[in-house]
Amino acid sequence: MLEIKNLHASVAGKPILKGIDLSIGPGEVHAIMGPNGSGKSTLSYVLAGRDGYDVTDGSVSYDGLDLLTMEPEERAASGVFLAFQYPVEIPGVSNMTFLKAALNAVRKHRGDKELDAMEFLKLIRAKTRLLNMTDEMLKRAVNVGFSGGEKKRNEVLQMAVLDPKLAVLDETDSGLDIDALKVVAEGVNALRGPERSALVITHYQRLLDYIVPDFVHVLAHGRIQRSGGKELALELEAKGYAEFGVDEAA
Amino acid sequence: MTVTATTSPYLDQFRQLAPTLPGGRLPWLGALRCAGAERFAALGFPGTRQEAWKYTNLRALEKVVFAPPPAAAVSIDRVSSVLPEDLVRHRLVFVDGRFRAALSAVGDLPAGVAITSLAAALEATPDLLEGHLGRLGAVDGHALLALNTAFAEDGAVLLLSRGVDLEAPVELVFVTTGVTTAMTSPRLLVVAEPDSRATVIEHHVGLGETASFSNVVAEIEVGAGARLEHYKVQRESPAAFHIAVATARIGRDACYDNFVLTQGAQLSRSEIRAVFAGTGGDCRLSGAYMVRGHQHCDTTTLIDHAEPQCSSREVYKGALDDHSRAVFQGKIVVRPGAQRTDGHQLNRALLLSEHAEIDSKPELEIYADDVKCSHGCTVGELEDTALFYLRSRGIDRVGARALLTAAFLNEAIDEIPVEAVRTAFQDLTADWLQGS
Repeated sequence: MLEIKNLHASVAGKPILKGIDLSIGPGEVHAIMGPNGSGKSTLSYVLAGRDGYDVTDGSVSYDGLDLLTMEPEERAASGVFLAFQYPVEIPGVSNMTFLKAALNAVRKHRGDKELDAMEFLKLIRAKTRLLNMTDEMLKRAVNVGFSGGEKKRNEVLQMAVLDPKLAVLDETDSGLDIDALKVVAEGVNALRGPERSALVITHYQRLLDYIVPDFVHVLAHGRIQRSGGKELALELEAKGYAEFGVDEAA
Repeated sequence: MTVTATTSPYLDQFRQLAPTLPGGRLPWLGALRCAGAERFAALGFPGTRQEAWKYTNLRALEKVVFAPPPAAAVSIDRVSSVLPEDLVRHRLVFVDGRFRAALSAVGDLPAGVAITSLAAALEATPDLLEGHLGRLGAVDGHALLALNTAFAEDGAVLLLSRGVDLEAPVELVFVTTGVTTAMTSPRLLVVAEPDSRATVIEHHVGLGETASFSNVVAEIEVGAGARLEHYKVQRESPAAFHIAVATARIGRDACYDNFVLTQGAQLSRSEIRAVFAGTGGDCRLSGAYMVRGHQHCDTTTLIDHAEPQCSSREVYKGALDDHSRAVFQGKIVVRPGAQRTDGHQLNRALLLSEHAEIDSKPELEIYADDVKCSHGCTVGELEDTALFYLRSRGIDRVGARALLTAAFLNEAIDEIPVEAVRTAFQDLTADWLQGS
């Protein structure tokens, strides 16, 4: 599904990722844990294709495609979805308009018929119910005036609508209280399936109580330092990142 | 280039045409036209050394000798509406400046309302126009207003008697065919007596490729307690010049609401001058301008708070692509004694290309002490984070830019209280973003 080999990336000339190797199979959920500044968000942006994140070496193959040569919209249409750590506010564009434009762009790319207003409404109603979202949130401008929890739920809603094959969740737990976290995790879990994979990026183990990963990797200093099963998350929770040369006491 | 060199062809034309213009036998009108011609001769085309024209250079306009189009009519089968057809009950269509009855229709009108072409009104009921025509749009220091006054042969007249509410909007369509290098001088006269109410939609559209010059003047009297909504769409052809001056006089507790959507013409200027003539008046001027290529678009407003306790609000937003240029000059004057004035002005421009340029000049002149006045102007680009967010959801670069630009412009369009107009203007904006 996803094959990252020796990935090096820089931001503004500064090397951040220094040789990442990671392989994610169909249906697998991998967690990447790491301290602040380890390169977690950089990895997610590189996978989504954000400008300014320069790949200097290595390769990423997704579903047999050379992911790094694809435009962000092509990646999305091919089934890669990034749930942002800080979802972007877009004044003047209603959530509904945004979701419909996104879904139809993706459907068009996949060769499916675009949905009309009624068909779209039916689909969106079913998805919002699942996430405890109100119609009112669909009418509001994208993420404008949303609470932290609402923004994250909105990310999961977009994910549910776009139906990705690879979801990258960048610190989806940050800024959430426990109830919001549960709702978001349920939304993510509802999307799990034999053909769908996820990369869950988090600082804390807490999220992994609700989205239980198959594999856990520790990212520090731009490289994966250690990999293991879900028990590795618990170990990190207890011991911190000190063994990877990171002092987070401050 | 001397003043005479560029004005004399027009003065020659005027001498030839004057006797043949509608209402030519009316002494007051003859005098008005002559005053216009004389004033234009004296002033010449405005130059960039004049403060009001500093950022808009008319040299390209001066280079072409325009003339009123020949009488032979260009045939046109139908003219499309800005609004859904079933909403338009009253429509006057002008082709190359002249009224076309066959394309126009005026439905049942309440008593006390007159909607007619200027040429017809000058023949049938000139007494109703005398004293109104040339009053608000007086021939003073404005050369192009003077030029229009000399040449105006047709246009629209809307008269509303006291208390009458004309529910259905009146659409005025001005089609420039571009068959000849035509100068048209449409003149609009709206007299809304106290407590009357109407909506006027002015639609300028160009068809041909030939350079044309629309020189529009509107005079709008909004009586005490009256309410006038005045919306304009400017979609002239890419070779066109479009200059318009609208003057509104807002009576006690009256409301004048103006919106201009600018998309067309190689060079355009929309000038609006609003003056309060009584306390408690409300003036709302807003607009959305969207230009590309080498288009130049100028929005110039003056709100004259000559009376106390009036409020004004301006919201303009523009999107500029390629090498286009825009000018915004917004002046608010608060006269001595105009206490408790509330005036707000906002102009925000979005530069979609590194070669686009805007000159924005807000100007507040305040001579009273108990006033609330503010102005803001910003110039920005589309945000990379927002673009990436949309693209990461599958929307391509072109679509993402269009979505964000529409959102930006819609903030101004949202100022329009009439839903059908608002929707129509949003659709026109979407069309423009699609490249048409």
